[in-house]
Amino acid sequence: MLSLNDPMIKRSIIMDHYENPRNKGLVDDPRYLKVNMNSESCIDDIDIQILIENNIIKDFRFDGVGCTISTASTSILSELVIGCSVEEAYQIIKEYDNMIKEEPFNSDLLQEAVVFKDVSKQANRIKCAMIGFNGLLELLDSLKG
Amino acid sequence: MLDINKIRKEFPMLDNKTMQDHPLVYFDNAATSLKPSCVIEAMNDYYYNFNSNVHRGDYDLAAKADKTYESTREIVAKFINCSNNEVVFTSGTTQSLNLVAFGYALNNLKENDEIILNEAEHASNILPWYEIANKLKLKIVFAPLNSLGEVDISSLEKLINEKTKIISIAYVSNVLGSTNDIKTITKIAHNHNIVVVVDAAQAVPHKKVDVKDLDCDFLAFSGHKLCGPTGIGVLYGKYDLLCKTSSMQLGGGMNAKFDSCQNMLLKKPPYKFEGGTPAIAEVIGLAQAINYLNNIGMDDIESYEKELKHYAINKLKELDNIEIYNENNDSGIIAFNIKNVFCQDAGSYFNSQGIAVRSGHHCAKLLPNFLNVIGTVRASLYFYNTKEEIDRFVEVCKHGGDFLDAFFK
Ligand SMILES: Cc1ncc(COP(=O)(O)O)c(C=O)c1O
Repeated sequence: MLSLNDPMIKRSIIMDHYENPRNKGLVDDPRYLKVNMNSESCIDDIDIQILIENNIIKDFRFDGVGCTISTASTSILSELVIGCSVEEAYQIIKEYDNMIKEEPFNSDLLQEAVVFKDVSKQANRIKCAMIGFNGLLELLDSLKG
Repeated sequence: MLDINKIRKEFPMLDNKTMQDHPLVYFDNAATSLKPSCVIEAMNDYYYNFNSNVHRGDYDLAAKADKTYESTREIVAKFINCSNNEVVFTSGTTQSLNLVAFGYALNNLKENDEIILNEAEHASNILPWYEIANKLKLKIVFAPLNSLGEVDISSLEKLINEKTKIISIAYVSNVLGSTNDIKTITKIAHNHNIVVVVDAAQAVPHKKVDVKDLDCDFLAFSGHKLCGPTGIGVLYGKYDLLCKTSSMQLGGGMNAKFDSCQNMLLKKPPYKFEGGTPAIAEVIGLAQAINYLNNIGMDDIESYEKELKHYAINKLKELDNIEIYNENNDSGIIAFNIKNVFCQDAGSYFNSQGIAVRSGHHCAKLLPNFLNVIGTVRASLYFYNTKEEIDRFVEVCKHGGDFLDAFFK
């Protein structure tokens, strides 16, 4: 597991995902589910697309404008959930939500996403750190009909 | 000359407050100003000592509340140079502008008429007009801005035609701090019988505003940006236009009589707009705030802010990591970015250093088209800010590249 105590490593992970976001850019494919997320506390405006087949998240794409925290967290999320089952994705979202709320969480499931553990120091960025996770949650919930 | 030390002692929020373990530097005055004790105490005095409703009691307390409330109208009227009955109390600039749109425009404009706005306007001076345009099938036209972010007068003139009915425009922009030449605009507009609506939210707190001199038809501002309470604002309207404006707030206090055959007779302006129990404490607080500003002197406030602004700009220009978008105007608003730092990341970074600024698009969501940036950081000064605070701010700007520090302290 990633060390929660080395700020330099955490910073470089965040900057890397901000400067080279993974799975960025949307696809024109009707099989994808899509949601637009924007937050009241930031000018983040991000579209998220997921492709689910046989209960597995086959792809996660996102695009838009966002601050470092929203871009990096959504990029990290995309890598975390591609290949996961819907249930696993729900679990990851829940653990992440616990972490942001400063409650006990399972860091093994979150992998690189633990770099956002201290985001609550800047209250206005909490929504930014949640934007991708909330978007995914909305998309998964929409599957239940 | 302002006695800044004395002034700062009058603001509880300037008394050794800290944020994120740093002394607080409050540079978000365009969002809302701090309040001096006299304003807070005047509101408390009402609640502690003469709490009662206005316009209806037969007892002494109510008479006192009524008198204090109504005397505010006179204080506001003197402050902006109009008659008492041209001062309508609202909840703020937003409600004032909505009242003009839904009370005046909706009843006096018709299909295919045109309204001129511009891209620097705050949401509250755009969205009500969009709604009216949808309802009446009107056309909204955007006047071009010049390089300073002011509405370009000759381009504006070219947009005017016989269908143009309203020009609605900010006196001072909340993002760029640019000042529009309202006097010239009203002169041009009135040659074509166009009504000029002025959003003065960022002007009235910072300089002498004289509605007669401007000759504007409506003018809106908020109490909370001029050292007054939240929840109170003003709509000034020329009396004959207020008579043509319908009330959006029907109820007690604003009618003269009504019967069961659906007849109703409303009071005259400004009372017909003020249905229901008003924000009495806030109106009383507003009076104190205006008295407070008058005692300091609006001209001195304006020139001190100008001095602060130029001091800040000169210091910031010495840094090579700062991009400034509005160095060439005199208002206390500085629109900038730290190079290669997303504006909202910069906002968190300033917070982590105890500095309150605003980042994003500041409710002017069309302006990025003009500036060609996604968002900006805005530091906005008021008369109680100091050069020492600017020095600290500039020092923090220098290290802006380390913005992730905000999360790893
Ligand atoms: C130019 C301008 N117009 C309108 C408003 C809206 O004022 P309020 O929120 O007090 O109604 C503001 C304040 O943010 C402003 O700066």
